[in-house]
Amino acid sequence: MSTATLQSSRDHQPYNYKVVRQFALMAVVWGVVGMATGLLIASQMVFPDLNLGLPWTSFGRLRPLHTNLVIFAFGGCVLFATSYYVVQRTCQTTLALPTLAAFTFWGWQLVLIAATITLPMGITSSKEYAELEWPIDILIAVVWVSYALVFFATIMQRKSRHIYVANWFFGAFIITVAVLHIVNSAAIPVSLTKSYSAYSGAMDAMIQWWYGHNAVGFFLTAGFLGIMYYFVPKQAGQPVYSYRLSIVHFWALVAIYIWAGPHHLHYTALPDWAQSLGMVMSLVLLAPSWGGMINGVMTLSGAWHKLRTDPILRFLVVSLSFYGMSTFEGPMMAIKTVNALSHYTDWTIGHVHSGALGWVAMISFGALYHLIPKLYGKQQMYSIPLINTHFWLATIGTVLYIVAMWVNGITQGLMWRAVNEDGTLTYSFMESVAASDVGYIVRAVGGGFFVLGMLVMAWNVCRTVCEPVPETVAER
Amino acid sequence: MSTFWHWWIVLLTIACLALVTWILFATRHAQRKDITEQTTGHDHDGIEEYDNPLPHWWFLLFVITLVFTVGYLLLYPGLGHWAGLFGWSSQGELERSQLKHERRYAPEFARYGATPVEELLSNPRALRMGQRIYLNNCALCHGTDARGSFGFPNLSDDNWLYGGTVDAIKTTLLQGRHGIMPAWEAILGEQGVHQVASYTRELSGIDSGASPSDLTAGETLFKNNCTVCHGADGKGNMALGAPNLTNNIWLYGSTQIQVEYTIRRGRNGVMPAWKDILGEDKVHLVTAYVYSLTHQASAPEG
Repeated sequence: MSTATLQSSRDHQPYNYKVVRQFALMAVVWGVVGMATGLLIASQMVFPDLNLGLPWTSFGRLRPLHTNLVIFAFGGCVLFATSYYVVQRTCQTTLALPTLAAFTFWGWQLVLIAATITLPMGITSSKEYAELEWPIDILIAVVWVSYALVFFATIMQRKSRHIYVANWFFGAFIITVAVLHIVNSAAIPVSLTKSYSAYSGAMDAMIQWWYGHNAVGFFLTAGFLGIMYYFVPKQAGQPVYSYRLSIVHFWALVAIYIWAGPHHLHYTALPDWAQSLGMVMSLVLLAPSWGGMINGVMTLSGAWHKLRTDPILRFLVVSLSFYGMSTFEGPMMAIKTVNALSHYTDWTIGHVHSGALGWVAMISFGALYHLIPKLYGKQQMYSIPLINTHFWLATIGTVLYIVAMWVNGITQGLMWRAVNEDGTLTYSFMESVAASDVGYIVRAVGGGFFVLGMLVMAWNVCRTVCEPVPETVAER
Repeated sequence: MSTFWHWWIVLLTIACLALVTWILFATRHAQRKDITEQTTGHDHDGIEEYDNPLPHWWFLLFVITLVFTVGYLLLYPGLGHWAGLFGWSSQGELERSQLKHERRYAPEFARYGATPVEELLSNPRALRMGQRIYLNNCALCHGTDARGSFGFPNLSDDNWLYGGTVDAIKTTLLQGRHGIMPAWEAILGEQGVHQVASYTRELSGIDSGASPSDLTAGETLFKNNCTVCHGADGKGNMALGAPNLTNNIWLYGSTQIQVEYTIRRGRNGVMPAWKDILGEDKVHLVTAYVYSLTHQASAPEG
């Protein structure tokens, strides 16, 4: 036994990369499909003929398919890939329960394929972001509990005493999503493809938005903050700015987020007290959210010069900027007076996408570009300029999208409340739809940029993965 | 809200806010004063963590939102059945703004409400008000141009299910209508449905392509079953809202498949009652607007 063997065992630490690779590649595949579906339905808003006159391709059925694919397929695969990677690397141990980990991959893909088949068929529980029917819900629950077992068992066998902050966020995200999914999906089946919610009326609405808002808060925020806490310091080569800040903003974030759901139900049958609590807790959420942004951005201080040459770092910085912007916008929109203008308008859709495109997707791109070469034993991605191209396509697309929706949303909100001198409403609903056309076209163009960027990424990933490793001979 | 749930809400809210406040101040209490290069000594896969203090402006932002929350929960409802010092409720605000609206606009609507529709026809302002109410309440089903849609009657063609007089239109608006066509499948059988559908289409002058024997059979079945409502000549009955079947105007489509479906499964048309939603004065204005569509050469411009 010589230094060579030691060297090689150090280079090839016994991490389980197989499941990480599978999830990382599927993230790219689902990203292309989910975002392309989004582009199609965005175009249907201006060109209704694109519904093709078929029930399966109509907006009402493809919209839930789009949201499920981008959140749970693209976002979900990114979260599985990164959390499995990060938990191994930061705990210095291989994945516990490898068979169960493999099951989470195949089980999750089965869920996603089932979603892709059933949603266009019109099989839906009609709960937003929880449309899948009960047999699929049960499979999700089983996969998710397996995920929790793998993740926490891996944490248990860690080599270091401390648990790294990224893992706190992943852990909180996994536990909370399990609770949210199981409670909100409780239903009474009447057939294999149809069930009715176990709750009714305002209670059902409240549970739905307790789930819905925390799907955003934990799936799309806590999970992705976990990604941020590993990939930002790693890519920047800098220590995390403040350990104290991460403690405060973690606990405050997980404690407060769970209260914010009622702001989706302002001015409805929900009791006043619940609406008030939802509003103030949403405002308190501003500082804990910004804690994550500050910690990420300040981690980069001292490494600003790297932004000039490293497009991956650009993705990460821009994602943090959009995160800060949308977590400021969110609490503002939760204020009842603002909500009276913004609710039910395109402003909400713009807000969601400044988080979804600007924060979630951008940080995912950054993380995947960092991750994929490492998983396949490559120095770097096949083409750095193509990462840069993707960066600009994604950034321009996001900005076009958000601005179009702001303009549309405020236009709609003002038109809906405009009153004639006789007290009747000035505009009919159709007039506000007609006034939104230009915005919808700009939005579709923005979406087109974003999808194009995703295709560039798919090509780049494909070339990176398929290129033979040049050192094959040397390694032997 | 029971006492249990009241205290459940109050205690959970206060406990959550108190814990968040505590962790903020406790973490800040032990921190160093200045920016540092000192790390915590942890190393996770090469990532270290600085022991930097919480940014001061961020700490202040956090405190401001917490103070605002405490103030808001004292002034407004939030903590269980605590009504808040302002005594505000969404129901109260709705009532106040409705009252304000009533005071401001009701006199004008009442004035028009007391004017006969025939007079309103020459009052462009009244017709425009009627049109606006129509566009915001009726256009969803009957269309912005009032030409209707599948299952929703055309209001601009002077063909009426329940009568086109001012009184009939106003009654329809105030009380609503429920047009029921029963399902004949069990009584007529599939062949009978086909024969009656063919005969009915021929009444409107459509060539159904059915054989003479089918048409004769259809006529017999029609006379035995359908004339009670639709009349011996098939011209309908406005007292029942039974449509005229001879004028080639079809609420649920004129194709053989559509007419057969109508006969086989029946139809259920519902016009809601607007009396309690809009009030009599506004209904009166909508009546004038709808009546003006067929009783005045030039409809007001919208």
